[in-house]
Amino acid sequence: MSSLQIKNLRKSYGAVEVLKDINLEAESGEFVALVGPSGCGKSTLLSIIAGLESVTSGEVLIEDHVVNDAAPKDRDIAMVFQSYALYPTMTVRQNMTFGMECRNIDKATQDETVKRVATLLQIEPLLNRKPGQLSGGQRQRVAMGRALVRDPKLFLFDEPLSNLDAKLRVEMRSEIKKLHQTVGRTTVYVTHDQIEAMTLATRIAVMYQGVLQQYDTPKTIYEKPANTFVAGFMGSPNMNFFKAKAVKNGDGFSVVIEGGEGTPLPLPADRYDTLTDGQSIIFGVRPEHFSPASDNRAERKGIASVAVPVRVDMDEPTGSETVLLTTIAGQNATIVCEPDAAPAIGDTVDFEIDMTKISLFDRKSELRL
Amino acid sequence: MADATTHQEFDPLATGSRSKQRRSRAIVYTLLVVFALIYISPLLIILTNAFRPLEEIVREGFISMPNSMSFGYWVEAWSTFCIGGTCEGVSRYFSNTLLMTVPATILSTAFGVVNGYALSKWRFKGDMWVFGLITLGVFLPAQMTLLPWAFVLGKLGLSNSIAGLVLVHTVQGISFTTLFCRNYFVSVPDDLIKAARIDGAGFWRIFRRIMLPLSPPILIVCVIWQFTGIWNEFLFGTVFTSGANQPITSAIVAFSGSGTGERHYNVEAASVIFAALPPLFIYVIGGKYFVRGLTSGAVK
Amino acid sequence: MQRKPALGSQGWANRLAALTPQMVLLPTLIAALVYVVIFSLWTLWISVSQSTLLPNMAYGGFGEYASLWKSKRWIVSYQNLFLFGALYVSGSIFFGTLLAILIDQRVRYESVWRTIFLYPLAVSFIVTGTVWRWIFHPQTGVELALQDLGWIAAKFDWITDRDMAIYVVVFTGIWHASGFAMALILAGLRSVDGDLVKAAQIDGASMPRIYRKVVLPTIWPIFVAVTVVLLQFAIKTYDLVVALTQGGPGVSTTVPAIVVYDLMFQRGQIAQGAAAAVMILVALALVLVPYALWSGWRARKEARSHG
Repeated sequence: MSSLQIKNLRKSYGAVEVLKDINLEAESGEFVALVGPSGCGKSTLLSIIAGLESVTSGEVLIEDHVVNDAAPKDRDIAMVFQSYALYPTMTVRQNMTFGMECRNIDKATQDETVKRVATLLQIEPLLNRKPGQLSGGQRQRVAMGRALVRDPKLFLFDEPLSNLDAKLRVEMRSEIKKLHQTVGRTTVYVTHDQIEAMTLATRIAVMYQGVLQQYDTPKTIYEKPANTFVAGFMGSPNMNFFKAKAVKNGDGFSVVIEGGEGTPLPLPADRYDTLTDGQSIIFGVRPEHFSPASDNRAERKGIASVAVPVRVDMDEPTGSETVLLTTIAGQNATIVCEPDAAPAIGDTVDFEIDMTKISLFDRKSELRL
Repeated sequence: MADATTHQEFDPLATGSRSKQRRSRAIVYTLLVVFALIYISPLLIILTNAFRPLEEIVREGFISMPNSMSFGYWVEAWSTFCIGGTCEGVSRYFSNTLLMTVPATILSTAFGVVNGYALSKWRFKGDMWVFGLITLGVFLPAQMTLLPWAFVLGKLGLSNSIAGLVLVHTVQGISFTTLFCRNYFVSVPDDLIKAARIDGAGFWRIFRRIMLPLSPPILIVCVIWQFTGIWNEFLFGTVFTSGANQPITSAIVAFSGSGTGERHYNVEAASVIFAALPPLFIYVIGGKYFVRGLTSGAVK
Repeated sequence: MQRKPALGSQGWANRLAALTPQMVLLPTLIAALVYVVIFSLWTLWISVSQSTLLPNMAYGGFGEYASLWKSKRWIVSYQNLFLFGALYVSGSIFFGTLLAILIDQRVRYESVWRTIFLYPLAVSFIVTGTVWRWIFHPQTGVELALQDLGWIAAKFDWITDRDMAIYVVVFTGIWHASGFAMALILAGLRSVDGDLVKAAQIDGASMPRIYRKVVLPTIWPIFVAVTVVLLQFAIKTYDLVVALTQGGPGVSTTVPAIVVYDLMFQRGQIAQGAAAAVMILVALALVLVPYALWSGWRARKEARSHG
C-alpha cells in the first residue's frame, strides 16, 4: 500500500505556476526527501500535503484517500517546522498535549504518551519549561516530540535542522534517522541540504523551478543524475562539466574535451548507444573520480584510461582531503585528492578519469545520455 | 524593538576631555530641567489653586504662592458645584464619562483583538480591502459623521444618552484597535497557526490558547489608547448629549468657557483635576507599555 | 487499484468552519461600511442639498461651497489651519527632537524625564486649553504674577490680542504634542546601529555633527510618520481652541472644525456645515493620500530589494 501519492499536481498563485505536474509516490515506511534550491517549490509541496495550501489541480492521496479538500486536522499528519513553531506561552508538556487535547484524548492516555515520547527523546527534565528557556537543540527535540505523540500516518519535516549550528545538525541528523527506523512511519522531509537528503532518505525528489527533476534512491540520484541540474545540485564539491564531443572510436565512442589537445577518452563499451559521431555533449565528472596518473588506479581496476594534463591553480586543504581548483583544456575543474598526493600550485600534472563513473548529457537538452 | 526605549549601546557624551564632558553634561541637565519646569508648571499651578481661597486667586492670580489652603473646594467641586443649572458637582459628569468610557473601551478592544487576529492569521480573498476599509475609519474626520450619527442615534432612540455615545465610540474605536492588533499579530509567526491547525485546533481554540496568551502587550496599548481617547473626547459628547447627560469634558467647557457670571476658580481647578485624573492615572500605570506599543506600531 | 472515499468534504459543518474568519469580521465590516462609506457619502450629499436648519435632501447645487469660500470667517479659519499646522508640526518636531536627543545622552532617571515630557498626551485638550487659558489670561496669569512681583508695567496679553492669540494656540499645541514626537524619535534614535555612531566618532566627528549628519538622517522615515500624524491632529483640531480661546478674540483663532460645528448646530446652516466638513476631509486627503502612496511605494521597493 502506498502511504502517500501525488498525482498530476499543479499549484499556481495567480499567473505564477509554482508547481508543475508533480507525480510522486511513497511506500509505507519510506523516508522521502524533497530537495532543491530555495524557491523550487518544495516547501509549497509540503504545505499542500499538510493541507495548509490548496491544490490548483491534481490529487493528493494519503493511504489511498483523496485528501484534497480535507482540513489539516483530518489528514492525520504531524509536522516539524523550520522555526519549530513551539507555542511560546505553553510549557513543553502543554505543547506536546495540545494536539491530543484538540482530539479529545483522555488525560491518562495523554500523560502516558508524553512520558513515552519524552523518554524516547530524553526530554523528561524539560517538560515543565517554556520554549523560551530552551536551547536550539532542545527546541528541536521538543518539536519532534510534539509530532511523535500524535503517532500519525505521515510525518512532515520542513527544513528542521537549518536553524542549528553545524555540529548539532549532524548529531540531530543521525537522531532523526534512528527515530525513523524505530517508529517506521512514512516521512516527507524538505531540505535544501543535499547531504541531509543523501544520508536520511530512502528516496530523494530533486526539485527545480516547480518541476520534479528526478525521483529515485540516493545512490541512483548520485550516480545517474537525470540531467545537469540534478548532477550539479547533488554532491559537494560540484560535479565538473566539460564541453566535449563524442567521437566514434572503433566499436565504441570516446569523449574529446573541447579546447584541449584532443586526446580521446574511451567510453566503456556497450553503453551510450544513442551517441552519434561528433555530437556536442556535456561531459560530467565528479571531483573524486580523478586520480593522479602516478597512482595507476585505472590500471589496477583493469580499465583502460588515458591521462589528461591538469594545471593546478589553487588548493583548499580540508584535512581529510584536498580540493584542487584546476584548469583542464582551458576549462575550470575541481578535483578532490588525498592530501599527500596533492601536487604543488602552478604545476601541470597528469590525472586519470574513472570513465565508468562519468555522466554524459546532451548539450542542448542537458538530459542524461 | 520591544526594549528600544530602555536599551542603549553607546554613550554619546563619553568622548573628548574630562572637562569638556563635564560641561556637556551640565548643559544637558540644565536644558532638561528648564523643559521639565515648563511641562510641569501647569500641573503645579492648577493643583495649588484647587486649595486656595477664591479672593486670594482673584487678587494675586493663578501664579502665586498660596497663603492659606483648604480641601473644601474639592468637596464642592465633586458634589455641590453648579454646572449648567444643576448643582450636583462634577461627580455626575464624571460617572457619565466613566459609564461611557468603560463599556466602549472593552467593546472596541474585544472586537479589535478578534478582528486583528482574523485579518492577520486567516488570509482570505479580499482581506486587504476589508482591512483598508476598517483603517480608513481611523483617518475620517469626525465632522464628516456628525449629521449621519445624529440621524442614526435618533432613529435608534439613543439621542442624548450615554448608550448612544458608547455606540459612537465603539464603532470609531474598532478602527484603531483593529489596526493596532492586526499590526501586532502580523509579527506572530504563521508557523504557530499552521502547527496548531495540524494539531487539530480551529479558529477559536487557536485564538483562546495561542493568540490571547500572546496579546497582553497590545491589549494594554488598546485599552490605554481607547480609555484616554474616549475619556478626553469632547466633540461627540457635546453634539450628541446635553444637560445632565454630558460627559465631563463638555461640563468643563460649560462652566469655564462661558466667560460671564461669577467665577469660582478654585472649584473649577479642582473640577479640571477630576477630569484629568483617570487618564493620567492609567497613563502613569501603563505608560511604559503604551510607548513601547506605540513606537513598535509607528516605526514599522 | 481500490479507491477509498475522499476525506474532509463532510458538508456543511466543515464549510461553515472554513468561513469563521469572514463571519467574525462581518459585523465590523458592516459597521465600517456604514461609518466610512455611507456616512461620508451622506454628508457629501447634504453639502449639495437644500438643507438649512433641518435636512432637506433635494439637490441644491454647489452654492453652499461658494458661499463658504466667500465667508471671511471660513477664510480666516483656513489660513489659521495652515499657519497653526505648519508651526505646530515643525515646533513639536523641533522640541521633540531636542528632548529626544537630550534624553539619549544616557541621563539618569530617564523614565522620570520621559514621563514628565509625555504626560500632556494623556491630558485632554479641554483640560489643557482651560489651564493654559488661565495662565495666559492677563487677569489671572503671567501678567498679573509679573505685576505682583513689582514689575507694574509688565504686559503679556497675547491671548486677548487678535494678532498674537493664534501663537498661544500654537504654543499650547506644542506643549501637548512634543512629548509624543519625543517618544517616537527617541525610539528611532535607539534603533540606530551603535556601530554607525562609533564609526563616526572614530572619524573624528563631534557629537552635534554626528546627530545632524549621521543619526537623524538615518531615521528620516520616523520624521515623516510623525509629521503625518501631527498634521492629521492639526487638521482635526477643535477642542483645544474651544477651551483656550473659543476661536477669539473675534474670529482670530477660528479653525475649520469650529466653523463646522457652528454652522451645523448653532446657525442652522446644515448644508454649509457639511460643505465645510467636506473641505476638512479634502485637507486630510491632501496629506494622507500622498503619504499612503509613498509608503506603499516604499514597501514595494523594500519587498523587491529583499527578493
